[in-house]
Amino acid sequence: MKVIYRDKAPLESEKALLSTGDIRKDFPILARKINGHDLVYLDNAATTQKPQCVIDAITSYYTGFNANVHRGLHTLAEEATSAMESTRQKAAAFIGGVKTDEIVFTRNATESINLAASSWGRKNIKSGDRIVITQMEHHANLIPWIMLAKETGAELAYIPINKEGYLDLSDINKIINSQTKIVALTHMSNVLGTINPVEEITCLAHRNNALVLIDGAQSVPHLPVDVKTLNADFYAFSAHKMLGPTGVGVLYAREEILNEMKPINFGGEMISEVRFDFADWAEPPMKFEAGTPNIADLVAFAPALDYLNKIGMDKIRQHEIEITSYALEELKKLDFIRIFGPGNPLDRGGVISFVDDKIHPHDLAQFLDSWGIAIRAGHHCAQPLVRLLGVSSTARASFYIYNTKSEVDKLVEALKEARRYFVNG
Amino acid sequence: MAEKLDDMYRDIIMEHYRFPHGQEKILNPDIRNDGRNPVCGDEIEIRVKMNKDIIETVSVDCAGCAISTASGSMLAEICKGKTIAEVKEIARAVRALLKGEEYDSNIDIGDIEALQGVTKYPVRVKCALLSWTTLIDAIDAGEAGRQLTVSTTEDGDETD
Repeated sequence: MKVIYRDKAPLESEKALLSTGDIRKDFPILARKINGHDLVYLDNAATTQKPQCVIDAITSYYTGFNANVHRGLHTLAEEATSAMESTRQKAAAFIGGVKTDEIVFTRNATESINLAASSWGRKNIKSGDRIVITQMEHHANLIPWIMLAKETGAELAYIPINKEGYLDLSDINKIINSQTKIVALTHMSNVLGTINPVEEITCLAHRNNALVLIDGAQSVPHLPVDVKTLNADFYAFSAHKMLGPTGVGVLYAREEILNEMKPINFGGEMISEVRFDFADWAEPPMKFEAGTPNIADLVAFAPALDYLNKIGMDKIRQHEIEITSYALEELKKLDFIRIFGPGNPLDRGGVISFVDDKIHPHDLAQFLDSWGIAIRAGHHCAQPLVRLLGVSSTARASFYIYNTKSEVDKLVEALKEARRYFVNG
Repeated sequence: MAEKLDDMYRDIIMEHYRFPHGQEKILNPDIRNDGRNPVCGDEIEIRVKMNKDIIETVSVDCAGCAISTASGSMLAEICKGKTIAEVKEIARAVRALLKGEEYDSNIDIGDIEALQGVTKYPVRVKCALLSWTTLIDAIDAGEAGRQLTVSTTEDGDETD
């Protein structure tokens, strides 16, 4: 199988960076000082900052049309329902124009994957079946499948990674075999930044009659994603990693799949008829959304999607390629820094994991914080992968639409200074 | 703000970090345990050689940050020549110090007092406690005749 990893190479004319000066004005938190320095926020793979329009939308909901959704017959209830459902439409449009009813709201991408694994998985996976995942999964797309395999007696098989941080597809035809019922993989690694060839893998999985779940937590915020082109059966992502509020996740699944899936939470909002000894479920997506949802945050997710659309996901991708190329170049100049993941910025997102050969990532993160620079240090909820890389933890800088080259310069400068502090001090 | 940073990475901590005690691995330990900090993935192995009731030496193998390395080094240094009961008393004092609580000032905790700056950073308190949790778990398990599992900084309420 021929695998094409690369995005289309950017045209010279498209190579422009976003107007970060204007964008930054929309993010009030970016004006903050941290330990006397301008905040340099490079922890976007963990969560992104929120533009004023998203913050305002939460307030507008509570001050203007706070009501429970889907059941009230009064004006406020109708307004709340219509605002929340408009988010569903926008989310459906954002990932390639799927049907609105194919969008199930959850708390986060983790819950989305758990819903698929518990509901679809328990019904369809049996002893002797195979579940395929990769060695680069976040715990969110790892532990639900480990648990499902244990519970059902299914076998768990891994697509390995190679030294450069790509999936090693040399044995893929053996790994995805006729016993395989589902392949679950990340679209973009939250540690290595690698963008996986999900389309090719989906194609192969489907040839074996297996379904594919894609963890899109890191991709939807940063790349144009069309789940229909990718032929994904399930696609999971989180609002808070794409300018939206915390507490909102999405599970996309094809209509036929959602129709045959059973709910895993029961109660209000998700029924069509209930008697004392019997209940029948509402149609998807409602049957998966028991209880009062996180209305305020769901309402405020819509302006986040609008904001990203206004900039354009293609341009966001180009901006991140530029920033990432620059950061990779500058970091490579530091001989004490080891970078993980693909060297080619076209094969990766704006996530750079690295280690200093003498300074522990925790100490590095603490030092950078004293410069106002926020990075992540640890195993990034991907312990097996980080162990595979031969370290116990890494430092990770991750970029978004408001990050600039001069912030990369500050990072590099601070890394040099950390050497002076910890090693040559 | 360098002062804030320097308050955590005090000279004495940096000294222990750069030149840690207890590096020579004890080959036939009387007490041995592995510890892990699931927050950062750090791992530590502690080995203790007893001479009757007295701790003869402690070796610490730590793949950790400056704070956990320094804390392990201080542990190796202070435990030498102490009884198990004395070590437990010190461990209680260290725990109290790191949690910002009062402890008996008659207990000499030596260099460990320098770890006080860590109390402002809850995540880093776990780094400082890793070596102590690992050692005390092993002692407790030994006394109770229990089989040891790997100690983690997330165990029970004593280290949270």
